Amino acid sequence: MPDATVILDATAIQRALTRIAHEIAERNERSAEVALVGIPVGGDHLAARLAKILAGIWNHAVPVGILDTTMHRDDLDDRVAPTVHPTDIPFDVTGKTVVLVDDVLFSGRTTRAAMDALNDFGRPRKIQLAVLIDRGHRELPIKADFIGKNVPTSLDEKISLLLTEAGAEKDQVILQKR
Amino acid sequence: MAWTKKHLLDIESLTADEITTVLDTARGFKAVGERAIKKVPALRGKTVVNLFVEPSTRTRISFELAAQRLSADIVNFSAEASSFKKGETLKDTALNLQALNADFIIIRHSASGAPHFLSRVLDAHVINAGDGAHAHPTQALLDCFTIRERKGKIAGLNVTILGDILYSRVARSDIWALTKLGAKVTLCGPSTLVPKTFERMGCRVTHDVDEAIRDADIINLLRIQHERQRKTMFPSIGEYTQLFGLNQKRLAKTKPDALIMHPGPINRGVEIDSEIADSNRSVILEQVTNGLAVRMAVLFLVNGGKVPAETSN
Repeated sequence: MPDATVILDATAIQRALTRIAHEIAERNERSAEVALVGIPVGGDHLAARLAKILAGIWNHAVPVGILDTTMHRDDLDDRVAPTVHPTDIPFDVTGKTVVLVDDVLFSGRTTRAAMDALNDFGRPRKIQLAVLIDRGHRELPIKADFIGKNVPTSLDEKISLLLTEAGAEKDQVILQKR
Repeated sequence: MAWTKKHLLDIESLTADEITTVLDTARGFKAVGERAIKKVPALRGKTVVNLFVEPSTRTRISFELAAQRLSADIVNFSAEASSFKKGETLKDTALNLQALNADFIIIRHSASGAPHFLSRVLDAHVINAGDGAHAHPTQALLDCFTIRERKGKIAGLNVTILGDILYSRVARSDIWALTKLGAKVTLCGPSTLVPKTFERMGCRVTHDVDEAIRDADIINLLRIQHERQRKTMFPSIGEYTQLFGLNQKRLAKTKPDALIMHPGPINRGVEIDSEIADSNRSVILEQVTNGLAVRMAVLFLVNGGKVPAETSN
């Protein structure tokens, strides 16, 4: 890939996730109420990794789900239909503190769709947002609670998360010109 | 693979990848139907018209629910109570519906090609819900979905379609879809209803039912279409049942894991024994559930398609 910059390598990704996990633990004293819900593609794998780290901190398993947001997007009329991913939330979200996990926070529109989609499954007591990268350019009043790294970007740049779970050779976050 | 077609008119014009895209998308929508809240806002504010110029209950209800579960508004237009009786042409009726800002027209018509005609004169998305003996694409897609979900694959499977092939739009769409996805299709039924010309579509044609179902992984039974055929095609319903009906004796000679499918409505005691229809070998009701998911997927996908199907090929 020409003019692609690695923003985070495997060690940095794991370190960021460990820090996010500790922040989640610090913010949420009632650990039994916390559940993680990842947004595909990317956030689902990150949620699974965070759950593993949190299980080590709390000494109990943390429920993890996957939430597809495509059916709740607000741009369905302006684009080719997006790929629908399976949603799998194997627990009752009502009364839980649900931490939404996404790879990159950009316009905030995916997060908006995710909050709407989540409400179809019940009424969480709280929703928090954890992202590996915040690249700015918000179009909605949405802010992440836990951020791995802030990366100021321009609109013609693209950030991609590559993970071994998704078939990549090694974990990394790369920045490239569109 | 991204879906770019504006309409769904038939299976013939789809690629194997496009068919797979519908099946993959339908998986997500099937899960929506299993939730407490069975509705998503994907088509909020859209208007869908069910333009059924030929009677249908299950397909119409399936599309109706599919549209509602996507948060679209839907109106039903049936030939019985309509202006067709007063002499209005199909084109004028469709233009009137478009003048009401309909975004999707779902059409069933006894004339083959009616949906293709509408797709040329309307700006709305057109979905074929069955035209004459030509095509019934969503039925073929739900059949493929059901087979893939149960068997884990389609390529390499032996699929036998048994019954009235000649007058069946379901058979034609199934043949297109299954052969594109790599299944081996065998057609069987009375020689008057299963002519050898179907071999040109890449199928095997036989008139020996025991031989046709012996190695089948899927046995898809079709209803005898009383309304579409002359009385001369076979002597009697009783003889058809004797020669081609699926009974316990015939079923005993099939693979133990062969699945029985039927697009409905079933004629118990004609093409299928009652107990077989109710047995665990039958996936007839699963087909109904899957049909709803597939129709949601089709509405969702064509909504994002801007290129007319005919120019994209």
